[in-house]
Order: sequence, then C-alpha cells, then structure tokens
Amino acid sequence: MSEENKDLQTTNKGPIGRFLALPTDSVPKTVFVAVTLCLVASMIVSAAAVSLRPLQEVNKLKDKQINILQVAGIYDPEADVIESFAAFEPRVLELATGEFTDEFDAATFDDRAAANDPATSVALDDDPAGIVRQGNYATVYLLRDDAGEIDKLILPLHGYGLWSTLYGFIALEENGNDIFGLQFYEHAETPGLGAEVDNPRWKSLWSGKRLSDDDGTLQIRVSKTAPAAGADFHIDALAGATLTSNGVDNLVRFWMGEAGFGPFLTNLKAGDI
Amino acid sequence: MAHKRRELLIDPMVDNNPITLQVLGICSALAVTSSLQVALVMSIAVTLVTAFSSMFISMIRNQIPGSIRIIVQMVIIASLVILVDQMLKAFAFEISKTLSVFVGLIITNCIVMGRAEAFAMKNTPIDSFIDGVGNGLGYGLILMLVGVIRELFGSGSLLGFTILPTVNNGGWYVPNGLLLLPPSAFFIIGLLIWGFRTWKKDQVEDREYKIQVVESH
Repeated sequence: MSEENKDLQTTNKGPIGRFLALPTDSVPKTVFVAVTLCLVASMIVSAAAVSLRPLQEVNKLKDKQINILQVAGIYDPEADVIESFAAFEPRVLELATGEFTDEFDAATFDDRAAANDPATSVALDDDPAGIVRQGNYATVYLLRDDAGEIDKLILPLHGYGLWSTLYGFIALEENGNDIFGLQFYEHAETPGLGAEVDNPRWKSLWSGKRLSDDDGTLQIRVSKTAPAAGADFHIDALAGATLTSNGVDNLVRFWMGEAGFGPFLTNLKAGDI
Repeated sequence: MAHKRRELLIDPMVDNNPITLQVLGICSALAVTSSLQVALVMSIAVTLVTAFSSMFISMIRNQIPGSIRIIVQMVIIASLVILVDQMLKAFAFEISKTLSVFVGLIITNCIVMGRAEAFAMKNTPIDSFIDGVGNGLGYGLILMLVGVIRELFGSGSLLGFTILPTVNNGGWYVPNGLLLLPPSAFFIIGLLIWGFRTWKKDQVEDREYKIQVVESH
C-alpha cells in the first residue's frame, strides 16, 4: 500500500476512526483511553451502588432488628422479622438527663449519624471504651408485657475491642439492674478468639448477672478472676482474647455508667419513667 | 483449539497452580481461610473477578497504551471488585459481614493482576476468560484445602457444622488456637507446596547456588 493510499484511508474514517487509528502509545490516545475507561467504569460502579442501595439498607435494618429480637430472647426464625419487631417500642433517649425526648422520630433516628454530627454529639476526654465522639441521644427499645408495664429494656452500646468497634445491645430486666442478655451485631474481632463474643455459651453467661450492688455502685466486670463484689457481677473473660474482653468490659462499664445510661437507669429505678 | 482451552482450565489446578507453583495470592490465603465458608465465597469471588477482568482487558488489549497498562488493568479489576462487594451486600448480607474487608482486598490479589498482565494482554477474550476461571479455581482449591484443615482443627467444625465438639461447647476436643491465626496458613501452604513438589517432581526449581566440592588435600 502506497503512502498516499494509507493517508486516504485514515481520512475516510471520520474523526473517531482517525482517533482509533492513532498509534496506541501517542499522548492523545493515552489520554483518550484513560478518560473513556474511567468514565465507563465509574458509570457502572455508581449504577450498581445506587440501584442496589435500597436492598442493602433493608438487609442492614433487618440484621439489626434480628439482633434486637435475639437479645430480648423472642427471636423466631420462622416468623416475619418486621412483624415480630413491632412488639418493641423504640424511644429516643437524651443521655445527659436520662429522659425520653420526642424531638426526633424514634423509628428513623440514626444513632450513628447523630454521633458524627457535632450538633448532636460531644468529643469525649475520658474515653475508656474508645468511642471518640458520643452522641447526645440514643435509641432504646422497650418491650412491654400484656399489662403495658415495661418488661425488658434493650439499650445500644458500642466500643473498641482489639481490631474494631463492637456494636451491640444489652437487654435489661424491668428493674434496670438485672441483665437478661448481651449481643454484638457488628464487629471484626479475630475469628475463634475475640469473635467468640458471638459464642452462645459465652453470651449465656450474661444472663442473670447484675450491674450495680445494693448501694448503687456499678460492679459489673468482665475479667479473668471474680471481683470482690462476687460472682453476681462477674463475667468470665474470653480465653485467648484478653484485649477484646477488656474492650467489652470497658464498653459495658462506660455505657452503664454515669456518662452512658446511668441517669436513665437512676430515673427508672426511681420510678420516673 | 478445544484441547488447548481444556488445558487452560485444568493446568492451573495442579501443574501451574497460582498458589503452590507461582506463589501468588498468599496474603489473602492467610486471611480468609480460618473458616471454610468464607474461603468458599472468597474463591468464587476471586474466580469471577479474575475471569471477567481478564476477558475485558483482553477485549481492549490492542487499545491499551503500554505506558498506562497497569493502571488500566487496576481500574477494570477494581470496578469488578466493587460490583462483587455491592452484590454481596445486597444478596448475601450475612456472608458479606464475615468477609468484611477481604472483598476489597481482591483488588490487591496478585493472581488477578498476574493473569491480566501475563495472559490477557496477549490472548483472545475467550481464552483469557477460561484462563481466569482456571486460575480462580486453582486458587480456590488451595483455599479449600487450607480452610478444611484450619476450620476442622481450629474450631472443630466444617462450614459451621460441629464435627469435633470443642471443650468450649461442652465437648472433648481442645481446639488448636494457632490454626485460627494467620501464621498457621503459612505452615499449611508450605507443607502443601512440599507435597505438590514431591508428587510432581518437575515443579522443583533449580537451585540458585551450587555447593562447591572442595578437594581434600
């Protein structure tokens, strides 16, 4: 093919054809390939993210609800989650005063978003549980018996373990002092060691323990040896997972203490709720 | 042609296994094998990503400028990995919870990039796809082996079903805690490579040095 013919052929292809016929390593072609690829890739990724988000949100919510049902001991795998979950009465609690607030809609209030918003959270100075920013409000779930009296309280708690922040719920009996159960629904601790916080046998240790003694001093501990206060306040630490156990100890003591749900529990015991 | 394609699929299982022969993808093999279910999902995810990224890269291989080829490959691989992650979160939420960060780490899995660079840049899309599936399965095979050993002896179960009742759950088996930690996978993979090379002698590499025989005086 003569030089002239070749030129003629490329000019006949129009602007796009001419562009594609450029040597692959030329600067315009390199820029063209990079930009096109990025555009196509970003469109595919964002399309997937946007179209799948509703499904993912439903999954997340359902997972959280299942965990609340489990910690309250009324989870039935056969039953519809949303239906069973209707048994709970969600309320938004102002932590500092320990009183319910109707400022927010409890069904849609997002604790984690609120904890990141400077308007509704504080940075902690004394931060044993590694929380960094604590929200001023928390969503709690009340389970009432047939007579309308509070039967169980489900309180959210979170804190840092070894690798990750553990998010979970503690279920308390109506007196606000006896523990019914504890369960984490999100963490990334070592499988087989720290992740044994999910072990049903270890979780069952929490049932029947008490938070504070008769004087109202917070005594609950997760530790290797029983504290002086007695076995009623002691959960045996996980073997081989000292740092995760310490994390759980810190976060339970933090959230059940004055900086956490302490004021609310005091109100509850005084009969003000 | 058909014969060649079958080889592309079968070869990476034993004869050219990405983990035991090419020694690629070790990092994720350490991370995800402490339970079999996670290893299984990870294998499927890596197989899909390797196959499709190889195919797409092969499709545009004649248009990729040499100077930015690695970045182009990364963009394609990363997009596919994000797709897999989003799908898992939407359709297999429980599993995506246990896999957590490891799905994202498929991007850095050397096998995916290794096949893109070594094979897909020079071969047709269909061959590249088959090569990707083959290598993903080869990776999966080792993951399964390591996963079975680690889960069975580390937690006394397989796929979450109790096989050896552990002391923690009131049984008799004292689990080996080391097997749940990443270093144990090093030992198991090392032993597997030893086993493979004893079985297939031609996989043994030549020594890089030779011990000189000193003549006695």
